[in-house]
Amino acid sequence: VSVLQQLDSFPGRHSALDPGGPQAALIRDRLWDPMYATAVVTFVLVVAALMWAVFRRRSPGEESDDPRREPVMRRAVGLAAAVTVVVLFVFLVADVAAGRVVTATPGDDAIQIRVIGHQWWWEVQYRDSLPQRWVATANEIHVPVGRPVVLELRSTDVIHSFWPPSLTAKRDLIPGRVNSLWLQADTAGEFRGMCAEFCGHQHAKMAFIIVAEPAASFARWLAQQRDTAGTPQDSLTRRGQEVFLGSQCPMCHAIAGTPAGSRVGPDLTHLGSRRTLAAGTLPNTRGNLAGWVVNPQRIKPGAKMPPNALSPDDLQALLAYLETLR
Amino acid sequence: MSTTLPPRAVPEPGRAPESVAELIPHLEETWKQPPGLWAWLRSVDHKSIGIRTMVTALIFFLLGGLEAATMRAQLARPENTVLGPDAYNQFFTMHGTTMMFLFAVPVMQGLGLYLVPLMVGTRNVSFPRLNAYGYWVYLIGGAFLYVMFLLNTGPDTGWFSYVPLAGPEYAPGKRVDVWAQTITFTEISSLVTATALIVTVFKNRAPGMTLNRIPLFVWAMLVQSFMVLFAMPWVATASQLLAMDRLVGTHFFNQAEGGDPILWQHLFWFFGHPEVYIIAVPGLGIVSSIVATSTRRPVFGYPAMVLSLVATGFLAFGLWVHHMFATGLPQLGESFFSAASMMIAIPTGVQIFCWIATIWAGRPRFTVPFLWVLGFVVVFIIGGFSGVMVASVALDQQVHDTYFVVAHLHYVLLGGAVFPLFGAFYHWFPKMTGRMLSDRLGRWQFWLFLLGVNLTFFPMHQLGLDGMPRRVYTYLPEAGWGRLNLLATVGAVTIAVSVVLLLINVIRSLRTGAPAGENPWGGETLEWATTSAPRPYNFPLIPVVNARSPLWEETGPLRGVAGLRTDVCDVLVTTLLDAEPDNRHRHPPPTIWPLVAALATGVTFITLIFTPWGAVIGFPLLFLGFFGWAWPHGRDHREQLSIEAERPVEAGP
Repeated sequence: VSVLQQLDSFPGRHSALDPGGPQAALIRDRLWDPMYATAVVTFVLVVAALMWAVFRRRSPGEESDDPRREPVMRRAVGLAAAVTVVVLFVFLVADVAAGRVVTATPGDDAIQIRVIGHQWWWEVQYRDSLPQRWVATANEIHVPVGRPVVLELRSTDVIHSFWPPSLTAKRDLIPGRVNSLWLQADTAGEFRGMCAEFCGHQHAKMAFIIVAEPAASFARWLAQQRDTAGTPQDSLTRRGQEVFLGSQCPMCHAIAGTPAGSRVGPDLTHLGSRRTLAAGTLPNTRGNLAGWVVNPQRIKPGAKMPPNALSPDDLQALLAYLETLR
Repeated sequence: MSTTLPPRAVPEPGRAPESVAELIPHLEETWKQPPGLWAWLRSVDHKSIGIRTMVTALIFFLLGGLEAATMRAQLARPENTVLGPDAYNQFFTMHGTTMMFLFAVPVMQGLGLYLVPLMVGTRNVSFPRLNAYGYWVYLIGGAFLYVMFLLNTGPDTGWFSYVPLAGPEYAPGKRVDVWAQTITFTEISSLVTATALIVTVFKNRAPGMTLNRIPLFVWAMLVQSFMVLFAMPWVATASQLLAMDRLVGTHFFNQAEGGDPILWQHLFWFFGHPEVYIIAVPGLGIVSSIVATSTRRPVFGYPAMVLSLVATGFLAFGLWVHHMFATGLPQLGESFFSAASMMIAIPTGVQIFCWIATIWAGRPRFTVPFLWVLGFVVVFIIGGFSGVMVASVALDQQVHDTYFVVAHLHYVLLGGAVFPLFGAFYHWFPKMTGRMLSDRLGRWQFWLFLLGVNLTFFPMHQLGLDGMPRRVYTYLPEAGWGRLNLLATVGAVTIAVSVVLLLINVIRSLRTGAPAGENPWGGETLEWATTSAPRPYNFPLIPVVNARSPLWEETGPLRGVAGLRTDVCDVLVTTLLDAEPDNRHRHPPPTIWPLVAALATGVTFITLIFTPWGAVIGFPLLFLGFFGWAWPHGRDHREQLSIEAERPVEAGP
């Protein structure tokens, strides 16, 4: 398999063989590597035995059902079966041991983050004892480097599965249930993940990014996300806010500090600070944002957001306003 | 080693024929299969039903393959536009549903229907009418699914149809109902066939074929049939619960009303994992048949082989949770299923070791069926290794629902079922048609298929580890998955060419293939002791078996059973363990009622999707169908009683 390993050109690491956290590293080092090596060796041995059985030289007088061969065959088959049993048992023990480490509850200093799966985006909440300090964002999870993070996984519609392969194994988000998963990023950087459980039309475009950053910049980010959106400063962005509030946008989206408070779609209070749009599908640029707002169905057919017929002036004003939401 | 049946007197009341040759005209008359559509619709012959099941399944295989090829075209490069998400979701659902329910299980059961009565030395499968009914139900279910697919109402929530995605709220319309009802059709058909095969193996074996002389392929079909019997009711129940959730508002799976979406997964996988072995176990039986024939010696370790098949059958029911490791079950509980999942590698390994030992001891001939066996070992063990990996809880949680699993399952199912099945075509096609398939085309087909399968599916391991989830209709160019996906698509084209070669081979051989004779490969089991293709009554005389490999170990010609009537469709009933002659059983003549009952079943199930009045319309029709079927014929009944009053039949001289 490793022969086929290819260069990773995506922004954000997303490979089970490129671990950036303790769990993914443990699964690779203690399970994948030994199992892969054993598989290669066993494959070679079995195919070699088969080829030898097929092509070995046979003497002309040899009887194919010579009873004297039976004990040899019985011993060979018995030995091979015994080795199989032992190897499998070793794997089982290794798996249980690795599983205990992967699932063991981390220490008390873990950060709690709630992740809610929606068709087809991820709602992310940083909760606090004071509700006004809650942070709501979407498709982008910021975590401090080197500190465990406990994710509380929920779904409001169908089953999704949260999977950042470079950090940890996947866990399903099931309506009516609360699952939890913990992870830890050992280095700063971006880690990409996708929904792994088929969830409908846009299962393919339901990605997220985990941004691991040093504790100080994580704290800065969190503080900034707690802010409500400011009042627009110039006429263009004022116009943009009017367009936002006057169109169908607030039916689904919230911008803290404005009357828009719906929780159907992603919270847009800090939209301008996010790296991607449409659940990890597009880089967050003005052009992409315009394309998404005008016709999301062209980018993610079947997505829940309807097309928006805006005049060019209104659209420009709206984009200018949305970009101020940092 | 002779395969001719000796002259033997048949003590038929009032007559004493001098020879087998004199018997044959009577048998021909009694068991005749007249040509024509009407006779075809009424046929209850196991060979006719078996072949039509296999042909139907192969047509579905081609359709499922076309769906796969279209998906590979879509995924050949990032952001491709061959299929949109709506079409893609229908395509992958149709591909999985077709391959699992309409191809793999029926084709194996069809092969079993054809071969088991011949291998155990009887004239027909037990419950012949029920068996015909099973085929019609399967055909109606499969045709219904494809008609709906052409009407853009193909199911689109996966062959596993997880709720709530497949529930009434997130899958409005009729698509999932079509899926659920197709499942019900195919499960009825599988259950019926399994019942018929079990009873045939237990009660219709040739005298002397004790349990420890049953051919390994028959053992495999027996184990598979028992697995069908215990697995299929779960999915039939689950699909009915889902249909009721959707059609009449029950809340079995609706968590908002106290139902449970995880319940669906348990029910589905309690069927779904045994399903994999239901498909693969007959493949293992095929391999045993081909290995023995190709190496000209019986498979080494018969008791170990049989126990391995039985152990596989049992263990297969203890693994289902490994499809649910990511749902958040407790770790200790998961590790039990992890252990069971790894354990099932042991019986499979034992069988592979026994085959290698057999080949080592024997003198293998490089026939085309034998090539398929070698390909089977190479491909299947790769699937076995990735199977052990996905049995590990933590590693599975990484690769679950990714292309790694797509690679794994195709290695297992293509390796464990399709390689042996193609080998079986080359092996038994001469028996079924009396003509050999082309050796040269067969070799081309084999090597192209082996190359294509590995080109298509091996890169998928890497794609899965690199983070590519399953069931995605497209992917972004930045993901870096483009090259390996393109490679996989090239492999899919290679597979398609290989399958086309098989079709060409079959069509050419049907017209111009070399005549096969009774036993072209020098096989050991009873199906090779009769004409190719067998006459409707299979054997002029029911053979008597004194050895595990009757055609090899018997010195002199096979002896036959006397005492069966030739003026009615008599079959011999023997005891379960020792296959001692026990009774005679009258088989029904050809009848149209199974088709009528199947049509009534079809009308009921299909109208039920659209209106509850379907029950009101359908049940009287069903009643009518089965009423006609069961209508007693007084004369037959009296004769049956008189048979039972007669002395028991005698075996041999």
